[in-house]
Amino acid sequence: MKMAIDTSGKHTTTPAENRLVLSHLYVAFGALFVGTTFGLLQTLARANLMQPPPWFDYYRMLTAHGVLLALVFTTFFITGLATFSVYKTIARERRPLNVGWIAWIVMLAGTLMAAFEILTGGASVLYTFYAPLKASPWFYIGATLLIVGTWIVFLDILLNLKAFRKDNPGTAIPLPAFMAAATFVMWFLATLGVAVEMLLLIPWAFGWTSGIDVLLTRMLFWYFGHPLVYFWILGAYIIWYAVVPALLKVPVFSDALTRLAFVLFLVLSLPIGLHHEFVDPGIAARWKLLQTFLTLMVVVPSLMTAFAIFATFEESAAAKGQRGFVNIVRSLPWSDPVFAGIVLAMILFIFGGFGGIVNASYAMDILVHNTMWIVGHFHVTVGGPVALTFLAVSYLLVPALTGRKLWSRSLALVQVWLWFVGMSIMSIAMHTQGLLGAPRRSADIAYAGAAVAAQWHPWALVTAAGGVVILTSVVAFAINLFATIFAGEEGETPFVFAVARADEPPAPKWVGNLGMWTVVAVLLVVVAYGGAFYDHFREHVYLIPGLRTW
Amino acid sequence: MNIHRAETIFIRVGAATMLAFFAILVYLAVADRFVPPSHQQTIDPATVTSTAPFDHPGLVRTGPNSYDAYYVARAFSWSPQSLTIPLGSTVTFYVTSLDVVHGFTIPDEDVNVEVMPGWVSTVKHTFLKPGKLLLLCNQYCGIDHSTMYASVTVK
Repeated sequence: MKMAIDTSGKHTTTPAENRLVLSHLYVAFGALFVGTTFGLLQTLARANLMQPPPWFDYYRMLTAHGVLLALVFTTFFITGLATFSVYKTIARERRPLNVGWIAWIVMLAGTLMAAFEILTGGASVLYTFYAPLKASPWFYIGATLLIVGTWIVFLDILLNLKAFRKDNPGTAIPLPAFMAAATFVMWFLATLGVAVEMLLLIPWAFGWTSGIDVLLTRMLFWYFGHPLVYFWILGAYIIWYAVVPALLKVPVFSDALTRLAFVLFLVLSLPIGLHHEFVDPGIAARWKLLQTFLTLMVVVPSLMTAFAIFATFEESAAAKGQRGFVNIVRSLPWSDPVFAGIVLAMILFIFGGFGGIVNASYAMDILVHNTMWIVGHFHVTVGGPVALTFLAVSYLLVPALTGRKLWSRSLALVQVWLWFVGMSIMSIAMHTQGLLGAPRRSADIAYAGAAVAAQWHPWALVTAAGGVVILTSVVAFAINLFATIFAGEEGETPFVFAVARADEPPAPKWVGNLGMWTVVAVLLVVVAYGGAFYDHFREHVYLIPGLRTW
Repeated sequence: MNIHRAETIFIRVGAATMLAFFAILVYLAVADRFVPPSHQQTIDPATVTSTAPFDHPGLVRTGPNSYDAYYVARAFSWSPQSLTIPLGSTVTFYVTSLDVVHGFTIPDEDVNVEVMPGWVSTVKHTFLKPGKLLLLCNQYCGIDHSTMYASVTVK
């Protein structure tokens, strides 16, 4: 078997490889179309502009929205992107694709199983499925299969890295493949938590066990649930670090620091899930404070990322002889929907970061916990930087993989701006509702005319207006996507990953040692969670039978 | 590994800000006792309604200007449905659930805690403003979740 290191970033994947990657992306887009439609309906329902029919109630819709967007859209897009990043930068002749296809089939089967249960009312438990709300066992089994499928994607990545190492001993893994691998090491460690949770939930849902340890399932869920958000953002970071410089025709700002940022995210994503449980009983405050500190440490790789992005912009402007903030901003290719979409996504993330500091701040969380503020926060994080980056890069990725030219560049440009404007309006309105005390996860926020609730309705209307703009954006994306696939002019669209500058010395070995970082990550998890779990297992915990309250 | 001098400064300032921020949180937690509700007390949900003090949920005076309030949550109601609190008093709420997870919150005041079957949640608050307050469930608990609210009157 022959293999080559692609130092140009220009190696192209084969049509068979492209079909596998596209299959992941198409499931992601399908989930996006259905999930965002439900999202709009929810904003209309909360603003009292429509009522969901009794045969398809608000919470069924909310569960579908959360699962389809937070779990299915993001996961399938990232598995597709990671597979592409590995296949494109580790060139192999006759690469076996069977592992990749098995992964996709398992993920899809799990998704369809869980989706069927949600849509037919067997699992109105929202995407957090907090026990003792008891869904159909097939919902938990479907979700488990989706996760097991992602483990097979991880296996495929590892097999490709192994083949690369064998033929290129002593050579660093190409940067995009490294970023994909680091992301999936983190994801694998994180999903072990939810897998253990499923081992408790599935027998209980079948009635084979009489009760469930509610707090334990929540700790396991959030041990997974916070790294989940870093899984989303690392998907976007692969694009920010390796595609944005290519769009600007400059090298990667620093190959070594990019790798370092990714391993820091790997390590710092995992030991922080308790910050979702600041107001849970049963967990001592000292463990919450410890994880607050670990949560805030993510500032280091985040600032490294911000620095690299601004340095890349500056370098691109300098190549055109432009200096100074205004000139740098003006020199950027704003007419390119891929670039514009990604930069707008980055701007949204600044606000996501601000809100995140509030949420992570231990006792301050009590002001915003379970309010619409949190919903505003994750719409300006996963719905902003992550989703908008994915949509924008799709204008490059789908044409590159299908061999069809993008149908309309101008519609694409309008689409990314609509998303940015819609998400800004909706998120500001959601944050404001939260500060005024409006609860999340409520079908009706009138509360029989209570004085405090009266302040929420106007902002619910603004939220709905934002929702309308976002769905318009999704429709524009769908039209462009279908037109490109079915009616696009045939032709090559080059997709280039940026590479390190020629004179950059290779990163120190320890930076790229994923095995070592895995050990560090596990040790940190033990430090962060050891006390809380030790406390928990010393308690006499009552097992809860659970019920279906919908 | 070459790190640009400007980046070194940038990261150091960021890390220092983070440490200062954390120091403030620790100071508030230690000196001011500003901690999130983290009560560690279990309770058998099957016998809550027959065990004192949860068999008679409501307000209990514990001293001049200080009270304990016992609440029981079940899908989809609070017990007691209404409560009157003397203005200026400090109330420690003890809340538990009979069935699924609920959220105990008074949006006008900073009272906000998750309520789980098998556990007692506590949150302490001083009521300085008179008025009729809304107490609601802010954790999804089932189909009629949004009808799960009660009233608290401060006077």
